[in-house]
Amino acid sequence: MALITCQDASFAYEGSTAVSGLNFEVRSGDYLCIVGENGSGKSTLIKGLLRLKAPQSGSVLMGDGLGRNEIGYLPQQSAAQKDFPASAYEVVLSGRLGARGLLPFYSGKDKTIAEENIKRLDVGPLRNRCYRELSGGQQQRVLLARALCATKKVLLLDEPVAGLDPVVTQELYRLIETINRETGLTVIMVSHDIQSAVRYASHILHLKNTQVFFGKTGDYLQSEVGKTFMGGARHD
Amino acid sequence: MINTLAEMFSYTFLVRAVVVGLLVSLCAALLGVSLVLKRYAMLGDGLSHVGFGTLAIATAMNAAPLTVSIPVVVLAAFLLLRISENGKIKGDAAIALISTSSLAIGVVIISLTTGMNTDVCNYMFGSILAMSRDDVTLSIVLAIVVLGLFILFYNKIFAVTFDESFAKATGVKTGLYNMLIAFLAAITIVLGMRMMGALLISSLIIFPALTSMRLCKKFKSVTLCSAAVSVVCFFAGVVISYVKATPTGASVVLVNIAAFLLFWAARLVLGTKLKETLCRRIAERRNAS
Repeated sequence: MALITCQDASFAYEGSTAVSGLNFEVRSGDYLCIVGENGSGKSTLIKGLLRLKAPQSGSVLMGDGLGRNEIGYLPQQSAAQKDFPASAYEVVLSGRLGARGLLPFYSGKDKTIAEENIKRLDVGPLRNRCYRELSGGQQQRVLLARALCATKKVLLLDEPVAGLDPVVTQELYRLIETINRETGLTVIMVSHDIQSAVRYASHILHLKNTQVFFGKTGDYLQSEVGKTFMGGARHD
Repeated sequence: MINTLAEMFSYTFLVRAVVVGLLVSLCAALLGVSLVLKRYAMLGDGLSHVGFGTLAIATAMNAAPLTVSIPVVVLAAFLLLRISENGKIKGDAAIALISTSSLAIGVVIISLTTGMNTDVCNYMFGSILAMSRDDVTLSIVLAIVVLGLFILFYNKIFAVTFDESFAKATGVKTGLYNMLIAFLAAITIVLGMRMMGALLISSLIIFPALTSMRLCKKFKSVTLCSAAVSVVCFFAGVVISYVKATPTGASVVLVNIAAFLLFWAARLVLGTKLKETLCRRIAERRNAS
């Protein structure tokens, strides 16, 4: 069974339907990129996948024993966060919060998992540094480590490269690809960067307030939608 | 110095005031870190004005001030939180609206009942004589509750303060914790308000957090440092106000300003030193290679 299945789902934002006609499934190990213009319903769909928003109609099914709070989420950064006094370690460890439930303090196991992810993302030298003093790319790595602490199965990334310079952007893409390939973790990424999306993703979901395309990346490149969107992007 | 302290603590009212004051400054400093970082610092200011209104009403009704103030201020805190989160009126405007309204209501009620007298001045700027024995007991109990809840939910409060969207996605009831923070802040403000004054109490929430953020770089050290700064500043403020016969609330705020400037200067000095060492090391490495 698929990890996440959307059946005829639609989601509303402040009462009006933001995105509808969603029929797609994400299988374990997939790398799905969700693309589309601003206001095409991507953010609303993310809320739906995180179960922060119930579908207006249709259904979103979680399979393969994927629990309610087991999606590792990398949200877009808020302005307040950029100058936050917290060490990288504190931020990474807070990824274990969902697994804690109502228990107040972290266990030894939580700390071990945090250490593993610090090592995996190579942020060890940053662990005692202050979050606000890190560069944009380092901050994203720390947040990615936190997201990995929260999940064993799925990463959901909301425009992870926004505001990063080209070199760091490519590094981050490669890092995400490595995680996807080596650990078989499913990746769902919302992206504005269509060139990189088709380069790394195995599947593409194109939204325009409804599902315009869902399928393998190769098929997307051959499709009418894909050609137009890629062409449009190239002229930007 | 020791003589002065001994003399001070021979007055029961001063002992009461110091005990309550220290507990309140501790609570205010802990909550302040979260409120300042969440950009809710003005919430404290708004709530203290609401507190002023309720004090006026309590006096007019001849009721115990804390029993009237606490429920009303807590309600106001929830209301302000809701408005800031999803209202059509923006948070800062909503706070200004509610605080000036309660100030106006308070002033009108006072002038209709007791008239403008020293009581009003005490509400505004605080009085060290304000704490009765019942107040002290209630304050101690509430302060312990605030501290206990803060320690118990420390990790959740960090997560909600740092990144609400992530916390929400991992199943933390962020709305609930925001309400918890607002609730604890409301109680702290009411407890400290009559001693510090309605116009000055928010400084206890804002100053220690900002002061410790000049130097500390971890959430835990910011929290601990602001607790320490707050307690020390309060105590120093009370002693100064006793020795120089200045108003307590204002003296505590002045000490807090001094601490803030001190920490700021320390950061500037440390920052320059760090830069110098780094530059020197880079130069050495260049020379070596």
